Amino acid sequence: MKTFTKVVVLTTTLALAACAKSPFDRSGNGAGAGAGSLDNGGISSSALDANSPAYFNQTIGDTVLFAVDQSTINDTARATLSQQANWLNNNTTYSAIVEGHADEQGTREYNLALGARRAAAARDYLVANGVADNRLRTVTFGKERPLAVCSTEECYAKNRRAVTVISAGVGS
Amino acid sequence: MMKMLLTCLAFVMAVSAAQAEPLRIELDSPNIEPLPFAAPAFIAETAGADQYARDLAAVVSSDLQGSGLFRAISQDAFISQITSFDSPVQYADWKAINAQALITGAVSTTGDGQIIVKFRLFDVFSEDQLGEGLQFVGSTNGWRRMAHKVADAVYSRITGEGGYFDSRVVYVSETGPKNARLKRLGIMDYDGANQQFLTDAQAIVLAPRFSPNGDRVIYTSYESGFPKIYVLDVASVGRRVLQDQPGTMSFAPRFAPNGQDVVFSLTTGSNTDIYKLNLDSGQRTQLTSSPAIETAPSYSPDGTQIVFESDRSGTQQLYVMSAGGGEATRISFGQGRYGTPVWSPRGDLIAFTKQNRGRFHIGVMRTDGSGERLLTASFLDEGPTWSPNGRVIMFTRETAGSGGSSTLYSVDISGRNLKAVQAQASDPSWSPLLK
Repeated sequence: MKTFTKVVVLTTTLALAACAKSPFDRSGNGAGAGAGSLDNGGISSSALDANSPAYFNQTIGDTVLFAVDQSTINDTARATLSQQANWLNNNTTYSAIVEGHADEQGTREYNLALGARRAAAARDYLVANGVADNRLRTVTFGKERPLAVCSTEECYAKNRRAVTVISAGVGS
Repeated sequence: MMKMLLTCLAFVMAVSAAQAEPLRIELDSPNIEPLPFAAPAFIAETAGADQYARDLAAVVSSDLQGSGLFRAISQDAFISQITSFDSPVQYADWKAINAQALITGAVSTTGDGQIIVKFRLFDVFSEDQLGEGLQFVGSTNGWRRMAHKVADAVYSRITGEGGYFDSRVVYVSETGPKNARLKRLGIMDYDGANQQFLTDAQAIVLAPRFSPNGDRVIYTSYESGFPKIYVLDVASVGRRVLQDQPGTMSFAPRFAPNGQDVVFSLTTGSNTDIYKLNLDSGQRTQLTSSPAIETAPSYSPDGTQIVFESDRSGTQQLYVMSAGGGEATRISFGQGRYGTPVWSPRGDLIAFTKQNRGRFHIGVMRTDGSGERLLTASFLDEGPTWSPNGRVIMFTRETAGSGGSSTLYSVDISGRNLKAVQAQASDPSWSPLLK
């Protein structure tokens, strides 16, 4: 069921991208719209194509996490980013925007700068692993778009993140 | 923008011989007892002015009482009624209910959609008029501003300092869930009245700041998908993006006192530095160049210095540098982290956000960092802005949890009179006094 939910969200993301809508527009919360009409069993049992963005997002993982007030890439993040770099190197028709985010325990401007550091750290790691610089852009959201909304460390840990958002196109 | 005419009333009331301490509130006194005043309904001098007569007196009372420095005496306690603007004041009747100040006013409407508001301020115990009577003429839809101007005149005569009631606040309106919050620029009177929106909610907007004369607002928007700085004309609501380098992000803008230069943060790669841009020439100057985060710049009112935050020492702290950039002096040395410094319009203090032991505070310190005082404490207070007279600070208070929301609060620089101003709002910026 967990996998199913992810697939539905992903489908929506791709649909939005196909409509040439900004990938940053997170306000449209239409993720659940068509969920009821999908065949649950059919989707959850299908294997993901290793060259699909779905594989990138789910199997490799689009997100790496950071310690409080840090932008250092830890071992877990390094493993994820190495696989992200491999995928990007194998799928050169895609480019990516790396988003940096912070938890709410900080002032707005500082968190924007901190998010930029995190996005740049992830981007730099991908570039060091062979991804062409012009296929990657970074953006910071500071504390404006938390993933988890509780005000405890459990949520904060999920929000201190860099997310590699894949989109079709070869970059600038 | 409304045009308003101000004239001194030619007639002056007879000078009384009675002697008493002059009516005065010392704003720097450690203990201020709110001064009791009476503000009867203004006299309606023409047909159709009745509603204005009541509403004007109510807004004047609300302004003064809201400052925490004055206490309105209930109309129910009044012994005398004011029946005519020019009839002599029965001081004994106002002394008997312990009104130290009496505000009388009159309002008349003209045929062409204007109203004329007159007022006088009396020192009851000295049995004397305090200052000359004043008269304001303006359009009827600006009646609240005329009430604010009356209240500013009263505040100013009794405290000896400028008022702050005839002013506005630009802010970010916040609706929707915490992980998909819709943000748009809003503008309102300082007291939350006359709320209007300046942008739609299509893109995240952050931290609007008024230009020195209040005609423009500079802010950060994600409408391109990336944080960039925009300048918006308040009257026309037209906006334009500030020129920038491709591949960079910019935020935390603020005007210089000259209204021509803006300072802001620009991020290239992982590094965020402070830059200055001249709006006329487009010339850009880099003011800081360390690998640390440098952001939240704010000019001194004379335009010669800039206070900003940097983590060059390892944690967020406050620094002061020349407006031309270069060497900076650290001014914050207490426990915890300091951010979002804002120079007072009086030049004497710097307001800031402090984070310590999991709590957030709004505080003030002298410009050399001495005399630090924390004014508030909560789960999350941030982003102070100064009232035009440098006596009140407005800021954002956010509550914890999945249902957490932002509210604008104000507090005196003494730490007194903390109160909510506007719900579902953040990032306030207080205008100068309106003209």
